[in-house]
Formats: sequence, C-alpha cells, structure tokens
Amino acid sequence: MEAIIEVSELRKRFGASVALDGMTFTAGPGLVTAFVGPNGAGKSTTMRVILGLDRPDAGTALVGGRRYVTLDRPLTHLGALIDPGALQPGRSGRNHLLWLAHSQGLGARRVDEVLDLTGLRPVARRQANGYSLGMRQRLGIAAALLGDPPMLMLDEPFNGLDPEGFVWMRGLLRSLADEGRAVLVSSHLMSELQDIAGHVVVVGAGRVVQAARTTDLTARFGSLEAAYLELTRGLGVLS
Amino acid sequence: MIRAELTKLRSVRAWVAGIALVFVAVVGLGALAAAGIRVDCPDGPCPKPPTGPGGEAVTDHFSYVHQRLDGDGELTAHVASFRGIITYPPPNHDTIVDGLVPWAKAGIMVKDGTSEGANYAAVLLTGSHGVRMQYAFTEDRAGPAGASWLRLTRRGDTVTGYASADGATWQPIGKAKLDGLRKSVQIGLFVASPSDVTAKASARGGSIVQARWTQATAVFDQVDRQGEWTFTNVGDDGLRTDWEKGNEPPGVTRDGGRFTVTGSGDIAPAGNEAGPSLTFTLTGMIGALIAVIVVGVLFITGEYRRGLIRTTFAAMPARGRVLTAKAIVIGGVTFVAGLVSAAIALPLGRFLVESNDGYLLPAGAGTQIRVVVGAGLLLSLTAILAYGMGATLRRGVLAVTAAIVLVVLPYLLATASVLPTGAAVWLLRLTPAAGFAFQQVLPAYHQVQLPYRPSGGYFPLPPWAGLAVVAAWAAAFVGLAVLRARRTDA
Repeated sequence: MEAIIEVSELRKRFGASVALDGMTFTAGPGLVTAFVGPNGAGKSTTMRVILGLDRPDAGTALVGGRRYVTLDRPLTHLGALIDPGALQPGRSGRNHLLWLAHSQGLGARRVDEVLDLTGLRPVARRQANGYSLGMRQRLGIAAALLGDPPMLMLDEPFNGLDPEGFVWMRGLLRSLADEGRAVLVSSHLMSELQDIAGHVVVVGAGRVVQAARTTDLTARFGSLEAAYLELTRGLGVLS
Repeated sequence: MIRAELTKLRSVRAWVAGIALVFVAVVGLGALAAAGIRVDCPDGPCPKPPTGPGGEAVTDHFSYVHQRLDGDGELTAHVASFRGIITYPPPNHDTIVDGLVPWAKAGIMVKDGTSEGANYAAVLLTGSHGVRMQYAFTEDRAGPAGASWLRLTRRGDTVTGYASADGATWQPIGKAKLDGLRKSVQIGLFVASPSDVTAKASARGGSIVQARWTQATAVFDQVDRQGEWTFTNVGDDGLRTDWEKGNEPPGVTRDGGRFTVTGSGDIAPAGNEAGPSLTFTLTGMIGALIAVIVVGVLFITGEYRRGLIRTTFAAMPARGRVLTAKAIVIGGVTFVAGLVSAAIALPLGRFLVESNDGYLLPAGAGTQIRVVVGAGLLLSLTAILAYGMGATLRRGVLAVTAAIVLVVLPYLLATASVLPTGAAVWLLRLTPAAGFAFQQVLPAYHQVQLPYRPSGGYFPLPPWAGLAVVAAWAAAFVGLAVLRARRTDA
C-alpha cells in the first residue's frame, strides 16, 4: 500500500455551522506534512473523517487509496493520535496498548517495543489516571506506532511534553518521515513545524487556504509563523 | 475483536472485582441464607416430607380400606354416594358447610404397601373433575363422563383403569406401568379430601392465602372382592380436628356389602408449602444481578464518557461487530461466573441446611442442572441487557438505574406480595424479570388445587421461556445500540 493520505472535496455541516467546506489536500510519503490553521478551521473534523469516525456530507478521504473503514487491521496502515486523554482511568498504559494490539492481531511483544520506543516502560503498569499530560501524550504516540504503519496522523503531538519531550518528538517525526512514511501533523507550534515539515497545508474555515513546500513559504514570508498569520487572517472563528 | 474486548474487561480492576462480587453474593449470601433455614415442628425439627417413586416430595394421606393382592387380580366397585364438608372460613360465611372440594377423591387403588410415598395406581371419582385415573403421584388422566363404576386390573407391574356408567359396558382410561411393583400389593377402596386452599386479593396489596380443612365420605357397594378388609389411615399424623372428634372420625363402617369410608388428606405431588426448596440457596442472585448490571453498563459507558469509543472504532471500524463482540465478552464472562457460583451455592446450601437438621425439598438432577445453568444464563443475559442499555443510553447512572428498574424491581414487586396476583403475573411475563422462572424448582400441577402465585414461588412462564424473554430484551437493546452507533458520528 502506498503511503499517502488523500483528502478530496470534504464537506460537512454540524447543524447550521459549516465544519468542512471542500477540504482537499494530500500528505505524501517520506515527509512530514504540517496541517495548520486556527481553532475551528476543521483540522480535527478532517482527521475524524479520515478515520471513519465522522461521516462527511460529501467528498472522500482515502488512506493508501482506500477508505479507512474498509481496511483490515487498520492500525497497521494508519496510526493516529487524536485524543490522548481518552483512557479508561483504572486501566494501565500497558493494558491499553495490549487490547489495541489484540484488536490488530498483534502480541504483547510489540507492546513492549513501543513502550521502549516512547520511554514509557517504567510507568507502563501504572493506572492511566495517574499519568501526567506528557505520559498520556507518549502513550498516544505508542498507540499510533503500535501497528508499525506506513502512515501516521498526529493531532497536536507536542501538547504537554517537557523540553526533553519536544526534542524527542522532533527527532521521532523526522526519523518516521525518513523511513518513508507519510506523517500528517497538526499543530499550532509553527517554529517546531518549520524545522521538520517538508510540506505545509494551511486551512481556514473548512477549506485549504494554501498548500506549499515549507521552504517556499519561508522564502516568501520570512518564517512559517509569518506565513500562517498572513494566510489565515480573518479566518479564525474567534477573530 | 473478542480477544481485544476480553483484554479490556480484565484490565480494569474494578470490573474484575464486580465479577468477583457474583461469587461473593451467590455463594456467600446463599450460604448465609441456608444456614438460617430451619423449620421447627412441635417435637423439634420437622420431618422430611415423604417422596414418591420419581423422587419428588409428595403428600400421601388418605383413608384406605384394603386387602392383600398376590400377583395378578382385579377389583370392581360402585360409588353409590360421595359427599363432604368444608370448614370455615369459606368465602362469605363462617360456618361448616356441606360440599366437596374440586379434587376430593373417592375410588379404588392398588398400592405398593401402605407406607407414605409408596407407588400406586387408582381410578377415582372427584368432587368436580369427574372420573380420573391417577398414579405415581404426578400422573392424571380424565375418564369418561357420568361414570360411577370403577375397575382396576393388575397384570405384573401394569395396572389398567376402567370406568363405567352402568357396570355393564366398560371403558379403559389408561395403563400405569409401576416399575418395581412387588408381587404382593394392597388393593382396596380409598377416600381423600385435600384442604380447600384459596388466595384472595388483600386490601393492602398482595394476596391472602386461606386453607380450610375438609373431609369427604363415600359409600361403595358392589365390591367384587371377598375376604378380610383392613382400614389404614395412610400418612396419619395422629392429630384430629374438632369435627373429627365430635362428628365423624376418619374410618370405615360396613353394612353388608356397603362400605362407608370417611377421610381427609390428599395423594399428590407436594407444593412449596411442604418446605423450603433449592431456590433458597440462590438468595444472593439479586446482589449478583446488581453487580453484573453495574459492570455491564460501565463496560461501555466508560468508553463513551471518555471518548475512548473513538479509539475503539478507529482500531475496529466495524461498529456492529465490535458492539456485538463486547456483548459476547460480557455475557460469556458473567455466564461462567454465575454458573460456577451457582454450582457451588446449591450443594453447599443443601449441606448447610441438612447439617442444621433441616431439609430442602428434593429436586431431580435435571432440575438442579437447569437451576445452575439458569442462574448463569440469567446473570449473563442481564449483563448483556444492561450493557445494551448502557450502549443505547450512553449514560452510566441512567442505564444502571433503568436496568435495575427493568430486571430487579419487577421481580421484587411480583414476588414480595405487594401487587395483586394478576399484575404480578403480567410483570413476570413481559419484563426481563421473567428470567427468574428458572429458579422455580417445583412444577405446578393442574390436578392440585393450590394458588400458584408468584409470591408463592410459582412463575407464569416455563424456565426457558422466561430466559427467552430476557434474551429478547437484551437483543433489542444491543440492536438499538448498534443502530445508533452506525448512524451517528463517534
């Protein structure tokens, strides 16, 4: 399966408000694609549509050329971090990963591998309600990596990480892309993204405002942050 | 998918503790209740009721005028008259009145000795159910209308009953094969008259059961066997009512070929009034049900509440199959827990009762297996129902409350003699509380006049039908949950 996430003409309304208004972009293999935009621009909705959690009113979202819900063992194709706080409080991090592994026909060995990869091994058997924000974030990353997928989709991966965690995350994202995976990352941290993203998709009000190579945008606007502010002016729901 | 859901279930300590509560409740409370059972009679602990050839508890008390029959033979007699009295309080008056209760019995009988519970076959006239052939305590067959001549023939271990309206043309009623019938048996005339038991609605809800002592007297003539006759008051407890002391004692008077036989009692399978049954060892079911309801609901509402359901559906996008897999897991785990704990609670309860000089009414192996499997199934189906309600409503407290109101409350209302019998019966037909029918140990018999009410431990539906009602409720809610999950965004 080719490592490519393709979103095409997605439209979705929640009652009177338009969440997606023709969202179209592609995240290709071997690079980090930054997915940026103001709050309410439709980033999370797009990700939920890609995962088959929300149904679009129109348009398609394809993962390696197929709809996510038709994939067998989907976590081995696309790993996603969308809500790291969604944990059963009484269940340990290791057991959280274990049921996910079992759902994909994977065993406990793979669970221990991703625990090591994310540095969670020492707290793996602790109940999830004792986890800090950073630990939850790492657990979410571990879950996304569980199926060793060629495609990854991470919503705000830097949230709650300490400075050491930032460095680790930057390195991780880079190496995942270097391994040829398609990595779609949504974040508000432009300075972080500027260094690691090869491609940027700027969205506002449910559609793509600009999709370009990072180097093109920084060349034009000076920095990714400047590009973002310029391109999304007036598009935030709060502005 | 099932493995993933099983991992989820066993990895939350509180849920495992909830399942463990099933054991604690069923075995612990069952043992506690059993240790407290003791039925005291004036001279100490009550004796066990006699048992019939099928092993079931029976009532075997009647007046018997009999002689020995060695090998094959027959007896014919004509019932010339049949009358009786019913003591008070009959409905609407407080005096002793003439009359026969519907299942008062006068007839002829072959019996394997005169001890209580000995096998028998009889043809008889009843108070208002015509001529019958009855045998082995549980069997009953209707004979021709208008007959008053009765005949029994014994060939080996087979007894055939006949009846006739005129003593000339005879009609066979049925053949009773009495296994192990000895060569030498008793044959003769008998009279029995069961207590008149009725239930009436109480002004404060529930019903009041009233039992009136009765006595019947039959005159037999045209008795075709000669020789000595012996009178035995079979199953006599030695107690006499004032009526028997002052007016008519049980016994026989003979005037040439006419025998006037007077007696009370019944020859029938015993009901729950005969003592505590196996059901008492399952006192902990209510507690266990509440435990599985809570676990069943939280197993799914926990996921909805925290958004974990999105992780679940992202990992396993076939929503209908995931929700069904969860139902199978919660149902399977609670079934095993219920089955094992009931399999311990039943024999443990019986042991505790018996070591305390008490007894539980006997139940056949088939009945015991049914009760154990039924306990597992009721817990399992209730857990699935609660889970289905949780998945449909997506609110933990609401679903737990709704499931308890739907399963436990109707059972308590129906069996605690709060509601009128009619309403109780309908609750136990329509609500998931119908599933409790599995724990009825003693069947209801049409030939026994007892008020078979829920508060007496009798359910309107047979065990498997009752469990099917719970299964239908559970399937409906899981179905609704699947529909809702498929149609809405996660």
